[in-house]
Amino acid sequence: MIRNIAAKVIISIIHVITGARALWEGTQPAAGKRVYYGNHASHGDFVMIWSALPPKLRPHVRPVAGADYWNKDALRRYIIHKVFRGVLIERDPAKRTEDAITTLVRAIDEGSALILFPEGTRNTEDGLLPFKSGIYHIAQQRPDVEFVPVWLDNLKRAIPKGRVLPLPLLCTARVGAPVVIKGGEGKDEFLSRARTALLDLADENDPARLAENGDAK
Amino acid sequence: MMDWIIGLAPALRLGLGICAVLMFATIVSEVLRWRVRGKQSPVIDNLVSRIRAWWVMAVAVGIAFACGREGVIVLFFLVSFFALREFMTLTPTRKGDYWALVASFYLILPYQYWLLYSGWYGLYSILIPVYAFLILPILSTVGGDTKGYLERTAKIQWGLMISVYCISHVPALLNLNIGGQAPDVARNLLLIAFLVIVVQSSDVLQYVWGKLLGKRKVAPELSPSKTWEGLIGGVASATLLGAALWWITPFSPLQAAGMAVVINIMGFLGGLVMSAIKRDRGIKDWGHMIEGHGGMLDRLDSVCFAAPIFFHMTRYWFSGAV
Repeated sequence: MIRNIAAKVIISIIHVITGARALWEGTQPAAGKRVYYGNHASHGDFVMIWSALPPKLRPHVRPVAGADYWNKDALRRYIIHKVFRGVLIERDPAKRTEDAITTLVRAIDEGSALILFPEGTRNTEDGLLPFKSGIYHIAQQRPDVEFVPVWLDNLKRAIPKGRVLPLPLLCTARVGAPVVIKGGEGKDEFLSRARTALLDLADENDPARLAENGDAK
Repeated sequence: MMDWIIGLAPALRLGLGICAVLMFATIVSEVLRWRVRGKQSPVIDNLVSRIRAWWVMAVAVGIAFACGREGVIVLFFLVSFFALREFMTLTPTRKGDYWALVASFYLILPYQYWLLYSGWYGLYSILIPVYAFLILPILSTVGGDTKGYLERTAKIQWGLMISVYCISHVPALLNLNIGGQAPDVARNLLLIAFLVIVVQSSDVLQYVWGKLLGKRKVAPELSPSKTWEGLIGGVASATLLGAALWWITPFSPLQAAGMAVVINIMGFLGGLVMSAIKRDRGIKDWGHMIEGHGGMLDRLDSVCFAAPIFFHMTRYWFSGAV
């Protein structure tokens, strides 16, 4: 009860600040084995993807988050465990009791979809960082999982890392066509295909895409 | 019937007139929709949603008018907020502009409307073009980021100028001492109505004339849908409408026509400038707030450019101020 209210409050805060417009361009919301992955710039990111989903699906979609950050105080613990039912991953390998991929695959087997950010950390620069290999390992163990790219536009500007006061800029979540691993596809191949699928959703003039083309030259 | 209508207060007569026009537009669009039933017609779908949005906008303005001076100032404060948000969303700024954007949204925007409410003409007429113009670039130097510096600061300044300064000159009409007397809210509300009705119907009439007769393009690079036929027909008919509305203003019919022609041309040119900005950014609409129209700025681009000029012409010639 309180959990639902807390979720509604957090979602409406994100709505008021950002407009939270969701465009399902490459696929439709659906239950099933899915991993939503996006570019990571702010703490509003997973809320934005979460609120883009129809309310009925939300309880079955769990954000993957860093344990070190979210276990820091009681409020964060409440939000991540009770409100969003996050799957926490210990980022420091020394503190891990279980392999991160095992944890994630178990959550998928239990019937949850995941939200994760393969860049691994909140990115404050213009470009899209190289992807960590986690999504590849998930795909390898569960080849029928659909990886759905979600490009989050403007959240970096609206809720900048390290700033207390957000800016009321309009943000959009663009949901693209799912990427599924092909038989025999290698790690680099799969990661670069997933990364391109995400970047392709960004606006042509987006700094991330411009940075990418600059690197290519 | 006629006697009854003439006996009503001007604001009520005007409200009835607007309802009648929208009712007529609704009937026409529903008949058109009925004639193409079963077939896909994006033009008519767009027309229907545009007219629906007009009803919503007319009701919102009507409620604000009914709440008087405060209601109108709050309405335009919100309009400015939504417009500024659209503008800043679509003009990329960088991390180093954070404090300039914080100042724009959280200080300058509310302060401009507070000054307007308190009636301090000397400050609200220079707050943005003088103080904000100088202070924002200073704030943008804080991060030490020089990449695209002049362009970034110009974008923020322009965003505030159009979305806050220009739009705030619509409710600023409430502060005018027409004929040298203390501001009369009821009469000044009608000045706002005159400005908004004339400029907005100029937009609609340019669209209608353009659809009926449009051939020669005015500015194919900037705005391919604008034609000379639409421009001349629209401005001329909206000017006649302005002259016909003289009774709600302090102007004579001829003066009302003069005012209308100036604000219609400013409105048209404002639309061109805003199209140039949109084209530069590679977008068609500023936003998605008003169905069928696009964003707040798509609907108000012409009013933005007409409002400050209308305000100053009225202030100079009709308020006894220098």
